[in-house]
Amino acid sequence: MADGTGSGAAAVDPRPLFGAYGIVKRFGSFTANDRVDLEIRAGEIHALLGENGAGKSTLMKILYGLLEPTEGVVTHRGEAVRLRNPEAARRLGIGMVFQHFSLCENLTVAENIALVMERGLRRGTLAERIAALGATYGLHLEPDRPVWSLSAGERQRIEIVRCLLQEPKLLILDEPTSVLTPGEAELLFTVLERLRAEGRALLYISHRLEEVRRLCARATILRGGRVVGACDPRAESAASLAALMVGEQVREVAPGPTTSGGGERLRLEQLSLPAPGLHATGLRAITLGLRGGEILGIAGIAGNGQAELFAALSGEVPAPQAGAVRIDGTPAGHLGVNARRRLGAAFVPEERNGHAAAPGMSLSENVILSRHATAPLTRFGLVRRAAARALAGRVIEAFDVRKAGADPAAGTLSGGNLQKFVIGREIQAEPGILVVDQPTWGVDAAAAARIRQALLDLAARGSAILVISQDLDELFEVAGSIAVLHAGHLSPAVPRTGTTREAVGLLMGGAGGPPVAADAAASGRAVTRSEIAHAP
Amino acid sequence: MRLDLVPRDRRSPLAAALSPVLAFLTAVLIGGVAVAMLGVAPGAAFTVYFVAPLSELWSLQEIALKAAPLALIATGLAFCYRANLWNIGAEGQFVVGGLAGGWVAIATHGSAGFTAWILPAMLIAGTCAGIAYAMIPALLRVRLGVSEILTSLMLVYVAELLLDYMARGPLRDPAGFNFPQSVGFDEAARLPYLMEGDTLHAGVLVALVAVVLATLVLGRSLFGFATRVAGASPRAARFAGFSEERLTLAAFAISGGAAGLAGIAEVAGRIGQLQPTISPGYGFTAIIVAFLGRLSPLGILAAALVIAVTTIGGEAAQIDLRLPLDLTRAFQGLLLCLVLGADVLTRFKVRLVPGAAR
Amino acid sequence: MSLDTVQMVLVTVLTAATPLIIAALGELVAERAGVLNLGVEGMMVFGAALGFAAAMETGSTLLGALAGAGAGIGLAAVFGLLTVGLAANQVASGLALTILGLGLSGLVGAGYVGLKREPAPLLHVPGLSDLPGVGRLLFGEDAFVYVGLGLAVGVSWFLWRTRAGLILRAIGDDPVATHALGLPVRGVRFLAVLFGGACAGLAGSYLSLAYTPFWAPAMTAGRGWIALALVVFASWRPARVVAGATLFGGATVLQLHAQAASLGLPGQLLSALPYLATILALVLLSLGRRQGGSLAPAALGRDFTPHR
Repeated sequence: MADGTGSGAAAVDPRPLFGAYGIVKRFGSFTANDRVDLEIRAGEIHALLGENGAGKSTLMKILYGLLEPTEGVVTHRGEAVRLRNPEAARRLGIGMVFQHFSLCENLTVAENIALVMERGLRRGTLAERIAALGATYGLHLEPDRPVWSLSAGERQRIEIVRCLLQEPKLLILDEPTSVLTPGEAELLFTVLERLRAEGRALLYISHRLEEVRRLCARATILRGGRVVGACDPRAESAASLAALMVGEQVREVAPGPTTSGGGERLRLEQLSLPAPGLHATGLRAITLGLRGGEILGIAGIAGNGQAELFAALSGEVPAPQAGAVRIDGTPAGHLGVNARRRLGAAFVPEERNGHAAAPGMSLSENVILSRHATAPLTRFGLVRRAAARALAGRVIEAFDVRKAGADPAAGTLSGGNLQKFVIGREIQAEPGILVVDQPTWGVDAAAAARIRQALLDLAARGSAILVISQDLDELFEVAGSIAVLHAGHLSPAVPRTGTTREAVGLLMGGAGGPPVAADAAASGRAVTRSEIAHAP
Repeated sequence: MRLDLVPRDRRSPLAAALSPVLAFLTAVLIGGVAVAMLGVAPGAAFTVYFVAPLSELWSLQEIALKAAPLALIATGLAFCYRANLWNIGAEGQFVVGGLAGGWVAIATHGSAGFTAWILPAMLIAGTCAGIAYAMIPALLRVRLGVSEILTSLMLVYVAELLLDYMARGPLRDPAGFNFPQSVGFDEAARLPYLMEGDTLHAGVLVALVAVVLATLVLGRSLFGFATRVAGASPRAARFAGFSEERLTLAAFAISGGAAGLAGIAEVAGRIGQLQPTISPGYGFTAIIVAFLGRLSPLGILAAALVIAVTTIGGEAAQIDLRLPLDLTRAFQGLLLCLVLGADVLTRFKVRLVPGAAR
Repeated sequence: MSLDTVQMVLVTVLTAATPLIIAALGELVAERAGVLNLGVEGMMVFGAALGFAAAMETGSTLLGALAGAGAGIGLAAVFGLLTVGLAANQVASGLALTILGLGLSGLVGAGYVGLKREPAPLLHVPGLSDLPGVGRLLFGEDAFVYVGLGLAVGVSWFLWRTRAGLILRAIGDDPVATHALGLPVRGVRFLAVLFGGACAGLAGSYLSLAYTPFWAPAMTAGRGWIALALVVFASWRPARVVAGATLFGGATVLQLHAQAASLGLPGQLLSALPYLATILALVLLSLGRRQGGSLAPAALGRDFTPHR
């Protein structure tokens, strides 16, 4: 299966399989990679560690031929090579499994694979090769299924099979477990270990330190576009790896309250909604109550109904019964987003650009966006621009939003600063209820700490806060109690102190929840495939 | 070779203002070459097209008369296009407006006594007919998800045929020797002239008022803000609590009403009766005007004047220089292409990467 | 009604359907790649003018047809440069192309108004073409008709049986993912737009070389727009384009015949039938779309700029 050299030959060859030396990549005035060196050897799983924005994606895209470096060379067995496009990279034996799968949803599994195969390959031959590979590695696929009907684990399987069919010497995996259940992740680790044993090289990009410590023998750590260290992760602790990645002591967040004395402010009663689309998840009889001063964390893997739950809470999608959503006791299920805001609720959606904020509009206009119903920003139907600018200024000051210019377009802010702005915009209203979806997704550590502290402070002032997040560390830091959303079904909330990451992780994977996959539950299809059943 | 678009960090307002000017100059340059190839001295053509119309009182009035319906329709369309709604049926809404208002004039023809209500009634009927006609594609889109692009356009042909039928059939002047036209409107059914003995009528003022009003509404009101958000970031508009459905209907109502008003103003102003055709394609030309004016009412006013000048100039060039009228249309299409291209240049830096595929 | 009358009606339906088939198939390919080109009418009318002019100058129908296709390609290249190269708004650019095409066609056609030439020759296979009842319909059409039908088969084969067709569909579904695999998104989109232009131009030249063998200003009379509607009506499937075009061709013929028979209905109402039928078809289509996967190319009308 592997190339002729095998692991033994690679061990003799002193030259690394692939090397990148002095890589510099600039985008305009911004330097994404600054003199980065990296060596990858056959038969190893090499970790590339770093925070968001550390330059991991850029380096990996250079190795896969999607970007050309401004300076520096890439070598293959000691000889300089030029990777002008992914096809050239694939010819050299480099394969890549993308974090955001590069799959076309309305094409079938086989069609998606055929996109990168050689010309003139017959359909039947391809199907046979897919089946053969599936048998070897335990990666089973149905070639004629359209991708939109598949779960995240199955989609990743397509990506891996697509790479393996090209006999790669180097496989790059970008955050491969970020969308997987624990069971699916276990299956992936088995496959990766096996590929390593065959003498292939794997470049493993992740910020999940436990995984890296378990899988990888060598790690290169990036920070701010530069290599700041290399180590053997097995000899490090998660804490020491994190310190290398972050480089500075992150401000400690004061622990959140676990109990509360306030009255109930938010209640969901048997909230059920059909799946709004082909790729969405329906909500099934969700019931929860939240008191003032309390922070409830909702854990779950993306695509299990988080977006739908947020829309039902915000009023972007009204509930079927008025009583299904109660804000401070008032039935609000039929109310729109602004009526709910007038009742004292505020909302921060997951997507900053295009949902929470209009990227092409100025910050003061983005204040009008969510506050026009609750702040004195209009008079006789006309916008009071001075008042909007003043309000934006207060948010910017209170949350230390860094920006260029007096009133720049929201899209010009960095992710962390824009997130501070949209959260600050809502908190400034002193809402009685705040619903936040992924409060610190893709935000740098310092901004994340500030945001979490702001949530804790708001709760301490008597507000009820609902945090939807995929990040268990975050939930264990801020939430007083945690519930898990799986396949549109919400588990009962348990106090943070009464549960563990492992227990929550199991629930996220569906243990204890209804025994159906998320998309199947939504569309009502019979389920014949279970993710874990394919494990060898 | 590969064309790379690199987003600019900041959009320069100067570049944004200059890009249509640059596009216009480029179009003039290409037009000059085309004119030379047709055997006419470009200098002479330039004078006829762009200078002569501006140097005489009658042609200045003609420019204002042509620019007024263009500006009025395009201002209405700006609301749709800003909201990412593609009403391209303004021509039909114009025709229906003219037809409905004209019908009021014909029905009241020859009535004596108090007649001051007739003209306002005509204008209201024309506006309402335009709104109602625009509601067809709007409702089909909102209720059934049918693309408004095709339905609004198909309705143009239907409206034109309807007017053709009415002018030749039910509304024909019975004493008109079978000419396909209605009776001439009474004095009370005509827009008043602004200056005695001239052609300039009050429709021009209507267009100016519309531009000022639209500047205020689009730029300063919450409704205008909602329209812009809906076009730029539809999800953010939903998050802001702006109803997509209501905005769609409102934007179509505004553009349909403006086109209908322009239609009846043309009939009650310049034409004075119903004929099988009442529009030289104002509804389509207004689309160019809307984009040429970068979808801002004041820009649209300027663009309408530019297009009116080239149209008047084109008519003169046909007579004086024997240049075909279609040259003007081709010029206008080219101008729109260039404006759209130039607009991209204000948002991106364009780089040619030699030797790279893709 | 005799067998030959039925045949003659079907022949007229087919000839009325042919320009719609050709233009709609071209647009279908462009839309499958994710590009919505509203300029079909402009490319078509320019193709009609240039095609007729070239045929008059050279005396060759073939060269006329090629010139028509070339005219469409030329305009499509402008559109492709704007929308694929510069990521300009596809709707506005398509409208600009329509206006530009109408103007250019007037310029080119100005010298040819009122001239006539022999229509494109009909196929004649001795024996077969004279078969009673079906000979004229099956074996006695002009070349455009066969090209149109062949194109439907070819486009179908290309889209679902070739690797290039697969890549094109993938780009129309998700250009970002396809780009990440290193496939040439903008190159394919540009070629698809050019193909659409060639088809629209060819369809236009059919009108001026075979259907009504003369040039008249704006002679396409909205057929480009009907072709656009037809692509949606056919839910982006070539076979359904042929079926839909035949239906529309039938409506046109009905209108002509009904007018001739003077049913007492106003002629304008009959002229409006194809447009009303298009609206009705769009409504029925959206009513029937309530379930199932996504019919339209998922990225239709969305521009794509490759970035980091």
